Amino acid sequence: MRIVCPFCGERELGEFTYLGDAKPARPAAGATENEVFDYVYLRDNVAGPMSEFWYHGGGCRAWLKIARNTLTHEISSVEPAAGVGARQVGA
Amino acid sequence: MKYSIFSLARAAFSGHKNWQRTWRDASPKSHYDVVIIGGGGHGLATAWFLASEYGIRNVAVLEKGWIGSGNAGRNTTIIRSNYGLPGNTGFYELSMKLWERMEQDLNYNTMVSQRGVINLYHSDAQRDAYARRGNTMRINGIDAELLDLAAVRKMMPFLNFDNARFPVQGGLLQRRGGTARHDAVVWGYAHAASALGVDIIQNCEVTGFVRDGNGKVTGVETSRGRIGAAKVGMAVAGSSSRVAAMASMRLPIESHVLQAFVSEAIKPLIPNVMTFGAGHFYVSQSDKGGLVFGGDIDGYNSYAQRGNLPVMEDVCEGGMALMPMIGRIRLLRQWGGIMDMSMDGSPIIDKTPVDGLYLNAGWCYGGFKATPGSGLVFAHLLARDEPHKEAARFRLDRFRLGALIDEKGQGAQPNLH
Repeated sequence: MRIVCPFCGERELGEFTYLGDAKPARPAAGATENEVFDYVYLRDNVAGPMSEFWYHGGGCRAWLKIARNTLTHEISSVEPAAGVGARQVGA
Repeated sequence: MKYSIFSLARAAFSGHKNWQRTWRDASPKSHYDVVIIGGGGHGLATAWFLASEYGIRNVAVLEKGWIGSGNAGRNTTIIRSNYGLPGNTGFYELSMKLWERMEQDLNYNTMVSQRGVINLYHSDAQRDAYARRGNTMRINGIDAELLDLAAVRKMMPFLNFDNARFPVQGGLLQRRGGTARHDAVVWGYAHAASALGVDIIQNCEVTGFVRDGNGKVTGVETSRGRIGAAKVGMAVAGSSSRVAAMASMRLPIESHVLQAFVSEAIKPLIPNVMTFGAGHFYVSQSDKGGLVFGGDIDGYNSYAQRGNLPVMEDVCEGGMALMPMIGRIRLLRQWGGIMDMSMDGSPIIDKTPVDGLYLNAGWCYGGFKATPGSGLVFAHLLARDEPHKEAARFRLDRFRLGALIDEKGQGAQPNLH
């Protein structure tokens, strides 16, 4: 797998770190226990095209939102995830 | 077919032309007491324990490909019970004890080799952590020995002890650990289960669940037609989420790819199973002479059964740090398997919220060593409708309850377990 970073161009996989599925959204402060449990522990574990967050730690250090097929590793789009990725990790 | 020295001699005198098939390739019947989805080690072991321990013989094992074609045939064949947390220690030791009698139980040579498993340590802090784990094991009746540098030097003089960054200081040894022949484990369980009347049905992919008016599972739809069942057990680690989705369940699991490697054959070098403590690298040497080794998962969700080069490089660097002389050995084969990475790194063996459907999942990358134990406790759950005492903590609702079994202390980030 090689990822075409929108800032750095095509780079090898070792420069990137994986966060995971981009779909789950952190529940609001007043969310129910069920919603928090669902967010922390349950996964769709998609078999097929999936939107996910990656971090380009070995390059521009930007968070990226990547559409990748988990059955084939084929990457169909890479775009900056300014703000979104950072929020995911609570930064 | 009963195997013995006499059956071997008879077959030898007839030029090995009269060996019978070791298990029966069955066609599906319309109904079973228990249907197990997944013809890997765990599924076949479950069927055998159902038939031999719990007297339930009207059992089918459904396999979408051929038996042992998934993770049972893709691991590094290590067996051990060197765990530190309540829930894991007892369960893996139960499994270890079943490995020790497996060949007699199954009348099949699974090549169980108790050559020892040693985890090397490289710092004072790591020694203390290993001492603690070793003590935990011993308190639970499991063998463990903390070796100092001199003892490790004697056992494995070929290691790079004076590595500037990660000098070897000693190791935690479990002598009863070792390896087994993974394919033979699959065939052995198939052999013994088939002899007790279990139907092993290959090329039979489950495509959906049959539910009655109350939502209870009463069978499965398959590529070979509908099969009725009083109870259905899932033993499809790697694909658990996909099968559970057919029953509208979401699991605390992500599927990740783990690679394994075999080098070309060399003369006997590594006497045991050995792990590098300053990176992730584990290795043993097969009877054919190849070094069998592996390390971390790739770290991104995958169902592709193949990995990428960065992890390969990382694993080989771990090997080189311990044994610089293997740098000129050529890699012979490399492959990937799909792991059910659970949210705390431990398995799930439990009833599901769906009546009639039982779950055996979340083995992360430790499924092979658990094969016999997993079969016994899952059979117990299916037969008695209550958990086996050594698997009572592997609950599906432990994440909701906060009763996690997190050996590594990584939290709900499956690619780090």
